[in-house]
Amino acid sequence: MSLLDVLRFAGTALVGHRLRTGLSLLGVAVGVAAVILLTSLGEGARRYVTGEFALMGSNLLIVVPGKTETTGTLPLVGGTTHDLTLADVEALERRVSGVVRAAGLTVGSATARAGELSRDVTVAGTTAEWKPLRRLTLRAGQFLPAGRPEEAPRVCVVGARVASELFPGRNPLGELLRLGDERFRVIGVLTARGVSLGLDLDEVVLVPAVQALRMFDRTSLFRVLVEMRHPADLAPGKTSVLHVLKERHGGEEDVTVFTQDAVVSTLGTILGMLTLVLGGIAAVSLAVAGVGIMNVMLVSVSERTREVGLLLALGAARRQVLRLFLAEAALLSTAGGAAGLLIGLGGARAVRALFPAFPVAPPAWAVAAAVALSVAVGLVFGVLPARQAARLEPVAALARR
Amino acid sequence: MIRLEGVTRTYEVGGRPVHALAGVDLEVAGGEYVSIMGPSGSGKSTLLSILGCLDRPTGGTYRLRGADVGRLGEDELARVRRNDVGFVFQSFHLVPRLTALENVELPMVLAGLPRAERTRRAEAALGAVGLADRAPHRPEQLSGGERQRVCIARAVVLRPSILLADEPTGNLDSASGNEVIGLLESLNREGLTLLVVTHDEAIGRRARRRVRLLDGRVVGTAPEGAP
Ligand SMILES: Nc1ncnc2c1ncn2[C@@H]1O[C@H](COP(=O)(O)OP(=O)(O)O)[C@@H](O)[C@H]1O
Ligand SMILES: [Mg+2]
Repeated sequence: MSLLDVLRFAGTALVGHRLRTGLSLLGVAVGVAAVILLTSLGEGARRYVTGEFALMGSNLLIVVPGKTETTGTLPLVGGTTHDLTLADVEALERRVSGVVRAAGLTVGSATARAGELSRDVTVAGTTAEWKPLRRLTLRAGQFLPAGRPEEAPRVCVVGARVASELFPGRNPLGELLRLGDERFRVIGVLTARGVSLGLDLDEVVLVPAVQALRMFDRTSLFRVLVEMRHPADLAPGKTSVLHVLKERHGGEEDVTVFTQDAVVSTLGTILGMLTLVLGGIAAVSLAVAGVGIMNVMLVSVSERTREVGLLLALGAARRQVLRLFLAEAALLSTAGGAAGLLIGLGGARAVRALFPAFPVAPPAWAVAAAVALSVAVGLVFGVLPARQAARLEPVAALARR
Repeated sequence: MIRLEGVTRTYEVGGRPVHALAGVDLEVAGGEYVSIMGPSGSGKSTLLSILGCLDRPTGGTYRLRGADVGRLGEDELARVRRNDVGFVFQSFHLVPRLTALENVELPMVLAGLPRAERTRRAEAALGAVGLADRAPHRPEQLSGGERQRVCIARAVVLRPSILLADEPTGNLDSASGNEVIGLLESLNREGLTLLVVTHDEAIGRRARRRVRLLDGRVVGTAPEGAP
């Protein structure tokens, strides 16, 4: 009996029970679609996060004031914690080898006014280095000027939405913008980019760090970002940063340095795990679908006991009967798997169309695993009913009412 | 062709033995036409099942063309059922979702014959039982007599040497019953060994040889012409 004949015969049995076949098919389809969709979302989240970090710039060291012990989150304060200053940033650029650039950052919020119009904005104080460091681009004008940060002029660069809302229909370049009590001349407009690393770059006003510190009455920077030339420079760079700052802060190690790749890879690992867990949960639904198939096949075998008797009387070997019912289960799960594949891939595509910023993508391994699993589910859960059919005694099977 | 010696078939029911066949001796030559009669429960169906290798004796020996069936393995028994024996049942046993043609093809599908040959032979077999025009009909679209003729076509399509019919007219009116019997007899005239189990004395008397069963034993065989 050829494989084609086996499949054809099994197919007629399935087509004969449309509703039952459809429902168990649906079970498998939902399982496969769930695996594909959930892993797509997990993979999307991973890509989104790592993509965000890539935009921030690679090979970064992030310096945060305060010492974070690995065992706790409270900064361990030995005496006074020294401020992280613009002079520190300059010293790092000068003294740590392998540094491309470093930029300090301080962040606060303020009300921005231009003429009659006003809105709340996030004020980020930084230096010229921040532009290449964060891979920023300008729509118009120029970025904060380079030069001695202590002598920076009162100029600002505004986010895209700030520009359009405070200067509607006008060119903001050269206009004055009031932040609190201070006035800044607009010299540049950022290209719209949306939220990046928790900061909405469209709602931001960038001013020289020294002005922001004075405005918010602060003495310490919020962060210092140090870009290294090469990934291999990160580890020695970290040691060197700690060393330089310790020396400048009176022998006290009062800052914490993260490497960006460590953050990314940790997040990547966590999100990869998440994807796996989501896929695993979805796979459970496939197992449930398998039990459904087993159920349907058991019903099918008991309903068709007389047919099995006939097949045996017509000269079928028990092996053939086994194969026929196994093929039926496999057909069910394979067809369900194919339907689930279409639903899952279509769903992922729909999510991507609805949320273009979120890179939903079905991972190839998950697609392959879901399809392979659905076929395996049919075979594994089809074995018991098929064996039951193959074990029937011909006379008893024929006599069954 | 067929030789039974002291064949028994015992079932255990609630720990007690039930002797469906209690020692049957029977010899049937090739090409014979034998009717098997007896009251309900006398073991007629059991005997037919054993003759057709659907069941095995619990005692005694059954030789089919010299081969001891008791010693054959599962696969060899399946081959005997496929190639040497054809069955016709009282309740037809047609696969309801398949057409008449596909039902007749079924034994050839199991035997692994190529598709073209299957169709050709199934069409010829249906034609031989006068149902060429019913090939695409499903069993529910056929009358009882037509169904039984499809079953006969299916039983002989692989050219077995023995045809076993268990009350083939039991579910038919007398007109179509006579048609079916006539068809079986014409196959017998072409050389097929025919054994028919029946309740109907008139049908039983048509056979050249009658075997009478009672309580699992042969109580008489009558040759042609005897009362
Ligand atoms: N599977 C079985 N289990 C127990 N007893 C059975 C079984 N099959 C048949 N019998 C018994 O064997 C005897 C013969 O049955 P059967 O050959 O079907 O009789 P007939 O066909 O002559 O009516 C009956 O008494 C019946 O009850
Ligand atoms: Mg009977």
